[in-house]
Amino acid sequence: MFSNFDFDVIRRSIGYLFFDGMTFTLTLTGLSALGGLVFGTLIALMRLSGYRLLGRIAGLYVDFMRSLPLVLVIFWFYFLVPYLGQWLTGASRPISVGAFASSLITFILFEAAYFSEIMRAGIQSISKGQPAAAYALGLNYRQTMRYVVLPQAFRNMLPVLLTQTIVLFQDTSLVYVLSITDFLGAASKVAQRDGRLVEMYLFAALVYFLISCFASYGVRRLQTRIAIVR
Amino acid sequence: MNYHWNWHIFFEPDPSGSGTYLDMLLSGLLLTIETSLCAWIIALVSGSIVGVLRTLPSKAASWFSFCYVEFFRNMPLLVQLFLWFFVLPELLPRSWGLWLKQMPHAPFYTATVGVGLFMSARVAVQLAAGIGSLPRGQKMAATALGLTTAQAYRYVLLPMAFRIVLPPLTSEFLSTIKNTAVAITIGLIELTGAARSMQEFSFQVFEAFTAATVMYLGINVVVVVAMRFLERSVAIPGYITGK
Repeated sequence: MFSNFDFDVIRRSIGYLFFDGMTFTLTLTGLSALGGLVFGTLIALMRLSGYRLLGRIAGLYVDFMRSLPLVLVIFWFYFLVPYLGQWLTGASRPISVGAFASSLITFILFEAAYFSEIMRAGIQSISKGQPAAAYALGLNYRQTMRYVVLPQAFRNMLPVLLTQTIVLFQDTSLVYVLSITDFLGAASKVAQRDGRLVEMYLFAALVYFLISCFASYGVRRLQTRIAIVR
Repeated sequence: MNYHWNWHIFFEPDPSGSGTYLDMLLSGLLLTIETSLCAWIIALVSGSIVGVLRTLPSKAASWFSFCYVEFFRNMPLLVQLFLWFFVLPELLPRSWGLWLKQMPHAPFYTATVGVGLFMSARVAVQLAAGIGSLPRGQKMAATALGLTTAQAYRYVLLPMAFRIVLPPLTSEFLSTIKNTAVAITIGLIELTGAARSMQEFSFQVFEAFTAATVMYLGINVVVVVAMRFLERSVAIPGYITGK
């Protein structure tokens, strides 16, 4: 069944696949994970702040984002961001936003909902005595969070955060619906140009599989190493 | 914003001439529901089998289920759909491949099987965790009563485990519904696909996506309420379920 396989098509396009495609995928994954983590932590803090209204707004945001398919959210922001940009900058017409910026905004806002749930669990896993002791030392809310609660929450949740980042890495393949040249997009373009769907899609699947496998193996190793001894 | 809103667009005829844009979205909604229900059945059945295999003492069984879960969890769903849709027919014997390619509603079947198997790995992990959370005494008592392994699972372990993992299974079902939207890439006109083509034909971007968003929220509310009802009615007495 592999007799009429053209493995050369992979060799010929490997530069394009990895320098154009994989670079885009990894950049998008990294920046979205960072942005999603920052924004998600803020949402988690809002939910746990004790202010009813803030908590409500944050909760609604999370529930809303989590009940929509990512593909729909990608479409939403692709069309919405130019109008939002116009509104923010006060320009006379919708501004043009590149495919990268548009998908970055989408993934940050979408993943923030998922990261915030992880950070919320992390903050709640810190025993009450920790912030109490911090307040007793005279730290204010900001300092308590910055120096006592968040570092521990982050450390406890690091394996879960990284696992979510692996999911995010796989999800970035969905920018395919905007015809963006991420790794899968690049593979798909070569596949259609050369009529080599089987080879290219199998190769893309293998690459995603290997990266995700190694990354989750790394996360498991990390999990046993950084666990705080209690 | 100088976007021209036109909420009446839903009642205007769509380009196919068979109904209004609203009918188009509703048939997309129906297809989303059908696809996710069928995919969920596949996910539940094969996920349960693999999940049980994971907990058996046999080395071979747990090795198989480990490989199964890793295979389906480490590839993006989109890539898996492409493998089923474009690659599988080429790898099969010629006549089978032709049959697959010419099958009517191929995107629907591909999406059902693809999303179903993708989710089955997650169901398997949840169920295995549920079985693992049962006290050891349950299995021992079943064995002491003279039940075979199959009977112990059928009458003792699974009825408990399924009820314990019902809340996480609810969110897996919600993920299944959301994941059917990925099938837009193999040409399935489900809800997101319908909104997308309405946007392309009518240029009313935000109306189309707003309607789809509202419909997804509606499905979510229905599922969450129904599952909460189910959870309450099958709750195990003496266990803390929910708040």
